[in-house]
Amino acid sequence: MNVQFRPEPSASVSVKTAIADCDIHPARATNAELFPFMAKRWHEHLEAYGKQAYHGMMEGPPYPKAQPNASRRDAWPPEGGPQGSSLSFMQRQLLDPYNVALGVLNPLNSGQGLRNQDLAGAICSAINDWQIEKWTAKDSRLKGSIVVANEDGVSAAAEIRKRAGDPNFVQVLLLSRTVEPLGQRRYWPVYEAAAEIGLPIGIHAFGFGGNPLTPSGWPSFYIEEMVGHAQCQQTVLASLVLEGVFERYPKLKMVMIEAGFGWAPSLGWRLDKNFERLHSEVPYLKRKPSEYIRDHIWWTTQPMEDPERRDHLFQVIEWIGWDKLLFATDYPHWDFDDPSRVLPAGVSDANREAFYLGNAKKLYGIS
Amino acid sequence: MTSPLPGGVDCDLHPAVPHLTSLLPYMNDYWRDQVTTRGMTDLVSQSYPTNSPISSRPDWRPGQGKPGSDLADMQKQALDRFGTAFGICNPLYGVQMVFSEDMQDAFCRALNDWLAKEWLDKDARLRGSIVIPIQSVEKSVAEIERCAKDKRFVQVLMLVMGDMPLGKRAYWPIYAAAERLGLPIGVHAGSAYHNPPTAVGWGSYHIEDYVAQATAFQTQLTSLIVEGVFARHPNLKMVMLESGFTWLPAYLWRLHKFWRGIRMETPWVDRAPLEIVRSNIRFSLQPVDAPPDPATLNRLFDHMQSDELLLFSTDYPHWQFDGDEVLPPGLSPELVRKIMIDNPLATYGRLQVALA
Amino acid sequence: MVRHVIAPVEELPPGSRKFLTIDERPIAIFNIKGEFFGLLNRCPHQGAALCEGPLIGLAQSSDPGEIEYTKLGEIIRCPWHGWEFDIRTGQSYCDPKRFRARAYPVNVESGSSVVKGPYVAETLAVSVESDYVVVDL
Repeated sequence: MNVQFRPEPSASVSVKTAIADCDIHPARATNAELFPFMAKRWHEHLEAYGKQAYHGMMEGPPYPKAQPNASRRDAWPPEGGPQGSSLSFMQRQLLDPYNVALGVLNPLNSGQGLRNQDLAGAICSAINDWQIEKWTAKDSRLKGSIVVANEDGVSAAAEIRKRAGDPNFVQVLLLSRTVEPLGQRRYWPVYEAAAEIGLPIGIHAFGFGGNPLTPSGWPSFYIEEMVGHAQCQQTVLASLVLEGVFERYPKLKMVMIEAGFGWAPSLGWRLDKNFERLHSEVPYLKRKPSEYIRDHIWWTTQPMEDPERRDHLFQVIEWIGWDKLLFATDYPHWDFDDPSRVLPAGVSDANREAFYLGNAKKLYGIS
Repeated sequence: MTSPLPGGVDCDLHPAVPHLTSLLPYMNDYWRDQVTTRGMTDLVSQSYPTNSPISSRPDWRPGQGKPGSDLADMQKQALDRFGTAFGICNPLYGVQMVFSEDMQDAFCRALNDWLAKEWLDKDARLRGSIVIPIQSVEKSVAEIERCAKDKRFVQVLMLVMGDMPLGKRAYWPIYAAAERLGLPIGVHAGSAYHNPPTAVGWGSYHIEDYVAQATAFQTQLTSLIVEGVFARHPNLKMVMLESGFTWLPAYLWRLHKFWRGIRMETPWVDRAPLEIVRSNIRFSLQPVDAPPDPATLNRLFDHMQSDELLLFSTDYPHWQFDGDEVLPPGLSPELVRKIMIDNPLATYGRLQVALA
Repeated sequence: MVRHVIAPVEELPPGSRKFLTIDERPIAIFNIKGEFFGLLNRCPHQGAALCEGPLIGLAQSSDPGEIEYTKLGEIIRCPWHGWEFDIRTGQSYCDPKRFRARAYPVNVESGSSVVKGPYVAETLAVSVESDYVVVDL
């Protein structure tokens, strides 16, 4: 017998220094929350046909999560609705006690990963409006991410340009698992538009593109999906580099979100080594792959790498750069990183400040 | 430069099949005629285009024919050059790409017989890996049992990118047979191309496919560990061949972290993943995906918390190092001995028997 | 050790739990099929409110695919990262060597031997034959 608890959030930790949380997932209680921002045609469509993703299930994910809604059980808002759907509860449980000065919203469960591209575009546009109305207009600490129907370059680029100059948004959001690797030219309209309006692109682990989760077919277990996000993200990053996206859009910045970062040095080394021998296949690349990575990529910290020895962690961070890490909690998901516990001792004050806030403010242009 | 020790074991050599017709003498009449009448020419995987720089070091590329197709070259350039006592042959012929289990079986049998006759018979240092018709688990087990009678076959060979994750239970009769016969399973870089070569679909380039091999090894390791292959077969060893290994520590941090939180999904995983890797998984040395800097490398070995994981290899004739720099710089003599001799002998039981 | 009176047994039927703070320490008391257990409501991993998690059984396996499921309702999963702890002993089921939730011994004491305290004053109506749940802290 299990009883659902909705206790008052305990501010068990209050952090005196302000922090940035670069991965917060706002949720909606029902699709009806989006209806004010969508043409009526889509209300009826959603009621009749629902959303069809590149995985076959009408309800729930193909690999069941570890917790309901993949979220913390203590994050159910007292007034009802799923975890992450209440601004006031988010303020009480996350923003206020942890002194979040900048919270970046990354809406999942958007139109991304859907097979019907018109529907995807309509939902994404609605979600962007919803982010303003329900979240960023009501709490100035929060900033939104522009979601787009990434498989439809024309529509995605138009949505990005529509939001140019809007201070409610600090980035464009993509998901890592798409129909083709994200470096492929079908996605270049998204990069062109983002670069034009001067926003970075966040690439968040997840999404569905219809491909098996490994290069050797579909695995059995949820843990394989979760661990596998690291491998997916490596593939995405390799694709972006090798397709020359950073040569083509030299001002573009990207954020790797929620796929870890411990793998970055070994990927960089492998890319560099093979680039030395196989350069003639990709002659438009003018620099070593690791150089593109160092200059163009930022990394959110959650899930934080957790080696037995912290000097191992510091060695990885030195390769990536202390100036490239962005603290994130992934609230309200279950694999939450508590800001007060996540960084081991032995970090300089300057690096600590950069890790928790400075890098995010600089990247997202918040003063 | 770290000098190699004589008497080592080269765990990854690639003798090349010149052409599908080279296997005809080892096929029965039906298959011989199928090959010729249907115009089948060759089975070359995109994982290793013949003239790609990776496929052969320039000074190992012959004037004619495929790199690695000449025994005299292999003896001179690899076996004699590095003074090895044993060289394990892992033929990378594209038989895994075939979809028909009958055809694949015929080709695998021919390939294994070709290896024995044209390589193992001709140099007493050479040993072989049994290539199996993975479209059929039953036929794979039969081929393992057939070839294992020849004690010069020391390993079973599978590809890292195949039809299903390697941990899936459908494959377990293969692992049972290998464990029973004392043969490690070698999982080698390369794809059957029956699935897109990455978790996010088809990329564009050969370099992209090659870099992606490392991520394929990572997902396969996860599968092997969480499905409980080593819980069921504790004595089975698996060798990751041409996988790279510098990704291993960070990979294990993440797997360990999630294993703790989702343990109940796979409760037969009753040891930390790092412990399972230490007891059952090995990695061939090449490629060393790291800057040639002793401090970085020693740090990596420190991160891996074991000096038993690496097995010496040249990956001949693939281009992974230049000159004689097969060993990374800055290795202690003890570590060199472990990598070149002790670890391979501990992994390949049949080599120990040969020495005795 | 100091004894703290928590509640009469009837207020904590099987399957229920009660949260309280004693000496600024957050505690939860569980009734598992008639037996009482107490845990510090703080996960030794990252400090989450451990006792707000769901109760499940213990999944063990000696052979992949076969599951032996025992101790139903006696294992709590931390609401943050899902770590499993045995309510009886605080023993965790991943990394058992490193992490253990702090368990507090809980006894059922008969009404007549209850220590004087504020709760007694609040339950004047309670008969002395009632059993009280008492915590040693």
